[in-house]
Amino acid sequence: MTRIDPVIATEHELHELFLAGLDGDAAAYRHFLERLGALLRGYFRRRLQQLPDEVEDLVQDTLMAVHAQRQTYRRGEPLTAWVHAVARYKLVDLWRRRARQEALNDPLDEDLAVFATADHEAGDTRRDLGRLLDRLPTSQRLPILHTKLEGLSVEETARLTGMSESAVKVGVHRGVKALARLWKDMT
Amino acid sequence: MKTDELIALLARDAGPVPTGVGERRFAVALALGILAALAWVQAAFGLRADLPLLMTTADFWQKVAMPLAVAATGLVVVFRLGHPGARVRGWWLGVWLPVSLLWIWAAAVLWMAEPAARMPLVLGTTWRSCVFNVTATALPIGIALLWALRGLAPTRPTLTGAAAGWLAGAVGACVYSLHCPEMAAPFVAVWYVLGMALSAALGALAGRHWLRW
Repeated sequence: MTRIDPVIATEHELHELFLAGLDGDAAAYRHFLERLGALLRGYFRRRLQQLPDEVEDLVQDTLMAVHAQRQTYRRGEPLTAWVHAVARYKLVDLWRRRARQEALNDPLDEDLAVFATADHEAGDTRRDLGRLLDRLPTSQRLPILHTKLEGLSVEETARLTGMSESAVKVGVHRGVKALARLWKDMT
Repeated sequence: MKTDELIALLARDAGPVPTGVGERRFAVALALGILAALAWVQAAFGLRADLPLLMTTADFWQKVAMPLAVAATGLVVVFRLGHPGARVRGWWLGVWLPVSLLWIWAAAVLWMAEPAARMPLVLGTTWRSCVFNVTATALPIGIALLWALRGLAPTRPTLTGAAAGWLAGAVGACVYSLHCPEMAAPFVAVWYVLGMALSAALGALAGRHWLRW
């Protein structure tokens, strides 16, 4: 029983943070995503021991999916089951994509890949946020650039861009939605 | 991209999330799909002239009992398949049990019939077109259901597509029965079920391609 307790405690804690995030609490939501990211990293690392380079990509894929699909979480149901189903789907999707790639490529590539170095900084991926953002319209790109990457507040961004504050908020919201759609093309 | 960057970006978007998205999408999809299917049956075949009277008979309700039961339980199954982590469990029973019961009933009808009457009970007069007509009537409903599912997150796309196709086939069969002159259980047990199965197969193909996220 004592082995299970930490899992239950985590479920309670994450559940509360997630629900607060669904109700609009950005700090709680950020905390939730950070905790979840760490848990996902451990989960995927154990299952991708042959593919350490894919772990962080998959963590980001899954965080993006959790965010983009959060309307499919039904309040009152266990969060663990929902998150696990999303994470496993992303893992299976990765296996499926790689199986197709390997069927197309010369098998020699796989032997050589054993010697490929895996020394990129932990928590970083080849996916480039700048290039993703370039594909968004200005009304979405600017609010995201200023509020998120330069750390300005909504009011400051509104003053800087000449947009209204609600337009800035809508721009961030629509921009993140659009990013979620562009996400897969950039893998 | 650093994962921290992504998290900061996503946290910026921590707005209130609408609840009941799945319920609303399924309600819209079924309403539009059934309307389109009704319009198609009316335009292509015409509704039965004796429909008001027919709908008061037990024969009619016995005929649509199987597709109605599959539709009711299939809706729950497909809805759950669209939500990660939701378990379908006993609801799977509703997917095949109505068909099994219909087959037993049809077998009993055939058993009790005169040998010469058996083939007409199975073939009726419209067996050549029935499978295609049921599937065609199911098509708008299936497309609408796939649209509803694309707004959700099915973790088993092919299976979800097949279940949605089966559900669409059942609803389509109910709609088509407003035209169909056949009333014998063996006919429904063969041709309606084949039409629903074809719809399920199309749904599986469509799910494989369009339900990934």
